[in-house]
Amino acid sequence: MSNHALASQSARTDFMRAAGSRKGILSWILSTDHKRIGILYMIAMGIFFAVGVLFGLLIRLELIAPGKTIMEAQTYNSVFTLHGIIMIFLFIIPGLPAVFGNFFLPILIGARDVSFPRLNLLSWWLFVAGGLMAIVSVFLPGGPADTGWTFYIPYSVRTSTNVIPALLAAFTLGFSSILTGINFVTTVHRLRAPGMTWFRMPLFIWSLYATGWVQVLATPIVGITLLLVVVERALGVGIFDPALGGDPILYQHLFWIYSHPAVYIMILPAMGLISEVIPVFARRTIFGYSFIAFSSIAIALLGSLVWAHHMFTVGMSDTAQWIFSLLTFLVSIPSAIKVFNWVSTLYKGSIELEPPMLFALAFIFQFSIGGFTGLMQGALALNMHLHDTSFIVAHFHYVMFGGTGFGIFAAMHYWFPKMFGKMYNKARANVSFILIFIGFNVLYFPLFIAGYMGMPRRYYDYLPEFQSLHFISTIGSWILVLGLIMMVANLLMGLRNGSRASSNPWGGTTLEWTIQSPPTVENFETIPVVATGPYDYSRYERGEHA
Amino acid sequence: MNHSNAVQAHMHRDDYGAKIGMWLFLFTELILFGGLFIVYAVYRFTYGDGFSLASKELDTLVGMINTIVLLTSSLTMAMSITAIQQGRRRLSIGLVGATNALALVFMVNKYFEWTAKFHHGLFPGGKELLERTNGEILYFGLYYVMTGLHAIHVLIGMVIMTFMMVYLKTGHVNKDSFVKLENSGLYWHLVDLIWIFLFPLFYLIH
Repeated sequence: MSNHALASQSARTDFMRAAGSRKGILSWILSTDHKRIGILYMIAMGIFFAVGVLFGLLIRLELIAPGKTIMEAQTYNSVFTLHGIIMIFLFIIPGLPAVFGNFFLPILIGARDVSFPRLNLLSWWLFVAGGLMAIVSVFLPGGPADTGWTFYIPYSVRTSTNVIPALLAAFTLGFSSILTGINFVTTVHRLRAPGMTWFRMPLFIWSLYATGWVQVLATPIVGITLLLVVVERALGVGIFDPALGGDPILYQHLFWIYSHPAVYIMILPAMGLISEVIPVFARRTIFGYSFIAFSSIAIALLGSLVWAHHMFTVGMSDTAQWIFSLLTFLVSIPSAIKVFNWVSTLYKGSIELEPPMLFALAFIFQFSIGGFTGLMQGALALNMHLHDTSFIVAHFHYVMFGGTGFGIFAAMHYWFPKMFGKMYNKARANVSFILIFIGFNVLYFPLFIAGYMGMPRRYYDYLPEFQSLHFISTIGSWILVLGLIMMVANLLMGLRNGSRASSNPWGGTTLEWTIQSPPTVENFETIPVVATGPYDYSRYERGEHA
Repeated sequence: MNHSNAVQAHMHRDDYGAKIGMWLFLFTELILFGGLFIVYAVYRFTYGDGFSLASKELDTLVGMINTIVLLTSSLTMAMSITAIQQGRRRLSIGLVGATNALALVFMVNKYFEWTAKFHHGLFPGGKELLERTNGEILYFGLYYVMTGLHAIHVLIGMVIMTFMMVYLKTGHVNKDSFVKLENSGLYWHLVDLIWIFLFPLFYLIH
């Protein structure tokens, strides 16, 4: 390790105030400190999330009544496309790994930084560059892309809108994601503290490790696929053009070979985070540690083999259909194992309903609904009926927002005192949680019903019988946004004038709670030697309360 | 030791870790090309006749020369690493230079090959090509995309080699710290390996 005398000099100065070789904003945007990079991601992502929410709000407002309400049909197409691109590539995929993974992965395994700090900074720059490209594509002549985030051929080749900038943006973001994945996998292999064996790693690390592999192995496929669409648009090679012998369905296969595993890039870190939060606030050793750890790996493996369940209606062979259907059912098993283990951990626990725990419990509830409705779509016969309806929209919002989104909020409330050394107002956090929870369910649950009744997704207009459901859903979006504003405001107020937080406000047992808040640049004065598993609550379980 | 603490904290050497990172990156490269190999496989299966017809128009001799050139460049690359391990800096620089020169020969060859095709109107959207069957159109489409992406990798490799020569000259890469050169070598062998697959797929199978 690095020079010891120098390390101890800086022990009291936290990473936010530490004097580096650069001043002002440069000390942040050129910093290779994993904690500063995590915060940089958080700021960038927060901005993109706000834009994504705004677009989502506009979609709901347009759909409050049939016919034109506030925008033209073409604008509507662009708005839902941008909502999808921003939320998926700029918020949900980088959400937990890039922000909290960067900040906490080295700390949780007892390291001073990730394996490749400069690569880490590069991946943030690529992330920002990709985000800017996506935004620039909106304002270039030709207008924003209107293909939906999936860029399906042949429309993505035919439309006159700025598809190429949007594709290159997604490509750049994919590259950023790959670099993060490489960094995390290497870090977990190389930088674990002495005694931090694989089975003493916190479960968040297991899920980041599995996610890292998916990022490395799946993202290049979408990279090449998106490049092929660029080539197709620019040169007319014909690979996906039926007029020249190409096959548009092949595009869908290639796209989903990445984009289904990408779903697990989104959900796995959130599952890991929930596995951190539940034991702390139930004061229980996690139930079935190795099952949760291995189920992350199983999800990463099985999740790579189910892509064609997005395409049951394109006319594949029956054999392909039922194999993909079977695999889809199988992939639900490791997810269910996790849910059972979380619930078993809660059993006979001493549960404290602090804000992070509330978000975690809502995660379990909403993820279960999202998961079960996913199984419904995995059934071939039902899929024919549900394909491309708002049932799908509701399903993936329950998993992605109700699951991962709530996971991110849980992480923010859980690690906020560690990252900034301050505590937010818990009462206000609870109220904003309730608003977000109610708003979320009022917004998305009616879409299940409407979809089941036949409301197609992505439609600008609809039949009058769907109006009451759409109306309720739009009301839900207002409650949700109100809750989100309140939550963010509360956290920002906590940042400004929150009370000083102790180094371990929740009574956690993982390594981050053994160091000062906010952590020093070096994280640990001396690298810890780990002797126990991550969640040791045995003294609570014996009845010896602290 | 006039660096600040912040810099100190993030300077630690882990050659083994650096190689893990490089191998992971190589996986992503393999899969990047893997997507194209899938597309190739699907269309070769669908349009076997067209592919067979079109592939006869490539000059096997030029392809073979390029294969030999690239294989030799991998040899010089590997030798340059051995040279620096033995502390023979000048020899190592010369061998990396040779690798770079061979890469240039490959690119020049490729340039003449492509321009000859262009003269015959055999390029995406070209009039002559569009009059042919779908299989032939797709064959040439894939030919340009796959060898083109490979050529971009060769160019990137040449930039990396140039950096390595500078690093060897300044002593940044030396007898005791040569993981950068090793990783460049790994990358270069991958570029070579991809070509080893492209060559038979486009030039040899009829």
